[in-house]
Amino acid sequence: MSKQFLLDGQPVPFEDGQSILEAARKAGHYIPSLCWHKDFPAHGSCKLCIVKAAGRHVSACATPAKEGWEVESNTPEMNGERRALLQMLFVEGNHFCPSCEKSGSCELQALGYEYEMLTSRFRHFYPDRPVDASHPDVLLDFNRCIFCELCVRASRDVDGKSVFALTGRGINKHLVVNAESGRLADTDFSKDDLAAHICPVGVILHKGPGFAVPIGERTYDAASIRSQKLKEEES
Amino acid sequence: MHTQAPTPCSALDGILQHHGHRPTELLQILINAQQLEGWLPAPTLTYLARALHLPRARVEGVAGFYSFLYTRPAGRFRVLFSDNITDRMLGNAELMDALCRKLWIEPGKLSEDGLVSIDATSCTGLCDQGPAMLVNGRAIGQLNHRRINEIAELIRQQRPLAQWPSEYFHIDDNIRRRDALLNLDMKPGAALASAIARGRAGWLAEMQASNLRGRGGAGFATAVKWSSARNAPGEPKVIVCNADEGEPGTFKDRVLLNTYADLVFEGMTLAAWAVGASEGFLYLRGEYSHLLPQLEAVLARRRAEGLLGMRILHEPGFDFDIRIHLGAGAYVCGEESALIESLEGKRGTPRIRPPFPVTCGYLGRPTVVNNVETLAKTCLIALQGGEAFAATGTAQSAGTKLLSISGDCAAPGIYEYPFGVSIARVLEDCGASDTQAVQVGGASGICLAGYEFQRRIAYEDVPTAGAFMIFDGTRDLFEVARSFVHFFTHESCGFCTPCRVGTALLKGFMDKLADGHGAQADLADIDWLDRLLKNASHCGLGSAAPNPVIDTLQKFRPAYERRLVSLDFEPAFDLDAALAEARQLTARDDPGAHLHTHEEGTS
Amino acid sequence: MSPARPPEGARTAAREGGGSPVSAPARKLRVATTSLAGCFGCHMSFLDIDEHLFELVELIEFDRSPLTDIKEVGPCDIGLIEGGVCNAENVHVLRAFRRNCKTLIALGACAVNGGLPAQRNHLPLSECLREVYQFRPGIANGQIPNDPELPLPLDKVRPIHEVVRIDYFLPGCPPSGPAIWKFLTDLIAGRTPRLTGGLLHYD
Repeated sequence: MSKQFLLDGQPVPFEDGQSILEAARKAGHYIPSLCWHKDFPAHGSCKLCIVKAAGRHVSACATPAKEGWEVESNTPEMNGERRALLQMLFVEGNHFCPSCEKSGSCELQALGYEYEMLTSRFRHFYPDRPVDASHPDVLLDFNRCIFCELCVRASRDVDGKSVFALTGRGINKHLVVNAESGRLADTDFSKDDLAAHICPVGVILHKGPGFAVPIGERTYDAASIRSQKLKEEES
Repeated sequence: MHTQAPTPCSALDGILQHHGHRPTELLQILINAQQLEGWLPAPTLTYLARALHLPRARVEGVAGFYSFLYTRPAGRFRVLFSDNITDRMLGNAELMDALCRKLWIEPGKLSEDGLVSIDATSCTGLCDQGPAMLVNGRAIGQLNHRRINEIAELIRQQRPLAQWPSEYFHIDDNIRRRDALLNLDMKPGAALASAIARGRAGWLAEMQASNLRGRGGAGFATAVKWSSARNAPGEPKVIVCNADEGEPGTFKDRVLLNTYADLVFEGMTLAAWAVGASEGFLYLRGEYSHLLPQLEAVLARRRAEGLLGMRILHEPGFDFDIRIHLGAGAYVCGEESALIESLEGKRGTPRIRPPFPVTCGYLGRPTVVNNVETLAKTCLIALQGGEAFAATGTAQSAGTKLLSISGDCAAPGIYEYPFGVSIARVLEDCGASDTQAVQVGGASGICLAGYEFQRRIAYEDVPTAGAFMIFDGTRDLFEVARSFVHFFTHESCGFCTPCRVGTALLKGFMDKLADGHGAQADLADIDWLDRLLKNASHCGLGSAAPNPVIDTLQKFRPAYERRLVSLDFEPAFDLDAALAEARQLTARDDPGAHLHTHEEGTS
Repeated sequence: MSPARPPEGARTAAREGGGSPVSAPARKLRVATTSLAGCFGCHMSFLDIDEHLFELVELIEFDRSPLTDIKEVGPCDIGLIEGGVCNAENVHVLRAFRRNCKTLIALGACAVNGGLPAQRNHLPLSECLREVYQFRPGIANGQIPNDPELPLPLDKVRPIHEVVRIDYFLPGCPPSGPAIWKFLTDLIAGRTPRLTGGLLHYD
C-alpha cells in the first residue's frame, strides 16, 4: 500500500522523495507551473505551483509529499494568489501578445486564460529591454523574460555551454549571454541546443518563416494548458 | 572620458594567485579586482572568467548581484550615504544633497571627470553614530555639515583616503550596559580548554543543557543545529559565523567583532570541537571591511597561540582554521543558504530548503551557520557550564541579549540585558521620552506602539536579533514603514516572483501615497500585496518585507489615511506632469496644454 | 479594485451564461462607447456580433458612440472604452465616461494594457515626435505641431485603469464578437461576466 496525501480532498498516492506537484500530476491532478520542468530539479522561482500544505503555503514543485497531508490547490484562495502572480509577471515585462510569435503556444498566456486573468491590474513597469537579433538563427526578445532560468539550466546542465545567466538583482534582474559583447552571435549558441527549445514564453524565438502555425492550431488554441500538461504526463 | 585602459593582467594574476584560482573565491576575487580601477570593466570579467574556467556570464551574474561591485564606471571616490531610517532622522538627505551640490553632481551619477560618484546604500550599521557614509568602502560616522564641507574639499583635492583625518574613521563601541557577556574577561583559549576537557560529547551535552538559542532572531536551538551537523554524513564539516549584519538598526556584531573578536573566534572553534568540523568561515559584511585587518591579526595571533590550526591546544585530531569572507552589499546573504551560495562564489540566492545547511551546506557538506553573538555566548557556557547559563533569562530564552539601540533617545549604543527585560525598562535606561513607537528586530521585525511597552524581549514574546529603533512623537510612522519598504525592494534578490515584483509594487503604492496620489482603494491593494508577499515568497526576506506596513497600518493607520486625496480612486502619477515634455516640445502653455491632476468637479 | 467586489474572473456563484439570449430588462440599458488610443478594431468586432445586433437593440440604447451622432456622453448604465490613454483629450473623454457610466469596461488589449500604442513607452516622447515630424525622410523644415486645437500627448501611453477606476476588463486584440456578446449578455442579465470556453484571448 503506497503512501498518500489528500489534494483538495482527493487521495493522491506518492513515492518517497516525490514532490507534491509530481505526485499530483501523475495522479491526473493539475497544479500549474512555469519554471518547473520534468527533466530538471525543482527551481521554485515562479511560485505558480503554490499550494497550502498542512496550513502552510509551500511550492508544490519543491516540497516533498508527506503521508497524510491535506493539500489545498484548486481553491478560490490559491487560484486568486496564482492570478496575482501572473499579473505581476505581466506588468514587470512587456507582454504584448498580439505581436508575439509565441502567442497561442505561450505558457504564461495559457495560464492567464486558465486562471481567467482579464487585467494585469497593477501599474505596468514598461521596462526598456532591447532585443538581440545578432544570431543568424535565433532572436532574443528579453521583454518577455519571466526568469524561470530554464534556458540557463538547459544550456549549463544539458548543452554544456552556459550560454545564459542572470545578472542584476531584484526588479533589475535580467538575462545575459556568455559574451563580452553581450551579443548572442558571439556565443557558441546553436539553434539545435536544448536551450533553444525550452523557453515557456516568447524570449527565444527561431528566425525564418514566422507565425507559421495558423491561429486555431497553436498549442493552447484547442485545449487548455491544464489538459495539455496532464496529457503530456500520460504519454 | 573613460577610455578603457588595458586590463592590468599582472595585477589580476596576483589576485587570482592569492585566492588559489578557486572559483569559490569568485566574490573575493571580484572585490579585490575592483580595487584596481574602482570598478569592473568588461575585459576584467572576461579575463577572470577565463582564468577561473568559469563561463563569463556566470562571472557577470555575480558581479551584477552585489551592490558594492560596479560593472559600470564609478568615481575614484565612491561615496555611499547610509540610508537607514535612523540616518534619515538625523538628516542624511540634506547632507547628501549638500555634498552633491558642492561637487556639482547628481546622486547616482558619475561626475564628468570620473572623480566622484555619490549614492545611497542600505543601513551601514552605524545607527548609534550616524548619519554615516562609506567612502571607497571605509565607514565614516557622525556626519554633519562641517564634516561634509571638509570631505568635499578633500575629494576636490583628490586626497587619498589614507591622508584623510584619522578621526573620521574612528568608530565608537558605545557600550552602555554590560551583563554576563560584555563583562566577561576571558583569557583566549580558556573556554576551549574547558570544552576539550569535557570531550566532544560532554561539551555538546553542556550546550544542550544551556538551552542557548540562535541570536540571529529565529531562535533555533544551537545544540540541535550542532548535533545535526555532527551526525550528518560528509566531510570536512564547516562552521560559518554569520557576520553579515544587514538588518537595519543592528550593530551589535560590529561591536563584538571590534572588541570581543576572541570570544567570537573561540566560539567558532568551540562549535568545531562539538561538530567535528575542520573548516571555518567568518562571513563579514562589506560594510564592516574596516574591521578586516584587525580581525586577520586576531586570527594570526590565535594561530600562533595554538588556538587555531592543527592540533588545537595539542589535542590530537582537533584541526580547525578560519578564513574571512567579505560580503559586498547584499542583505539577503544574511539568510543562511544565500550566505552559503555567496561563500561558494555565487549570486546570493536562497536555496530550496530542505535540505538544510546542517546536512547539505557549503559545497554540499554539513555546515553550521551561527550568529556572531550566539558563538560568543558559547564561551560563557564552556566556562560556567550549561546549567548556570540556562538559569539566567526566562524559561524559554536563556541568557542575555545584546540590543542595538538607536533613534530618539539620549544614549544610543549597545545594551546587554538578561532576556525578559521590558520595552519600557529599556526605554527608560536609554533616556527615551515621548516615545511613539519602537521597531524591534529591524525592518523585518515588529513595530510596537505605546500600549505594548510592557511586553518583554524574549523568544516567547518579542523575539529580536537585537535592533531597537526608537521613534518619538514627532516622527511619522508612515515614513518609517516606507523607508523599510524601499530597503526590501532594493535588497530583494529577485529570485521569486512575489518578492521581486511584489516589493517593487509595494514601494510604488507607498510612494504613491507619499507623493500625494493616495486613494482609499490603494489601502486595499496594499493589504493584498502584503498577504501575497507573506504567503508566497521563497525566503524570509520576502515574507518579512510587508511586516512594517502590516504593523503600521494596524497601529498607526491615521498616518496613512491622512495622506489620502481620494476616497475612491486616484492615478499614481501626476497627469499634468505627464504633459510637461510635450509642452516643452511644442512651446505651448495654453489651458488645453494642461490637465488637472485631480478630476474636475469631483474632489 | 476593492476587495468587496469579487476579483475579476473569480469563480463566482454566477450561473453560466453561455451567451444565451436574455429577456429584456424593465427598461433599455443606456450604453456609450468610444475609442481613445485605439484603432476602432474593437468597435468593428462589436459589429461582428452580426444578427445578435437585432437582439441587442431590443435591450439597449446607445448614448455617445461612433454608432450615434451624440458628441458628449450622458448618464449611462454601461460605458465601453476601446484604446489606451495617449493624450490629454483621451483623459478628458475617459473621465467624462467615468462620471457618467455606472459600469465602465475596458474593451480590448489597448484599453487593458496600453497595447500597440504603448510600444512607444520605452522611448522618450521627444524622440518619437522628432522622428515623425522632423527627421523622417522627405520632410524638410518639419516641426512638431503646436496648434492649441491639438491634444498634447502624454509622456507614456497608459492602460485606462491607471487613469480612472475600471469595473470590468474584456481583453483581446480585438475581443471576438462572441466574447463581446457573451460579456454584454452577462452584464445585461445581471450576471458577473465571465469569459470561458476559449472566449478569453489576449491576441
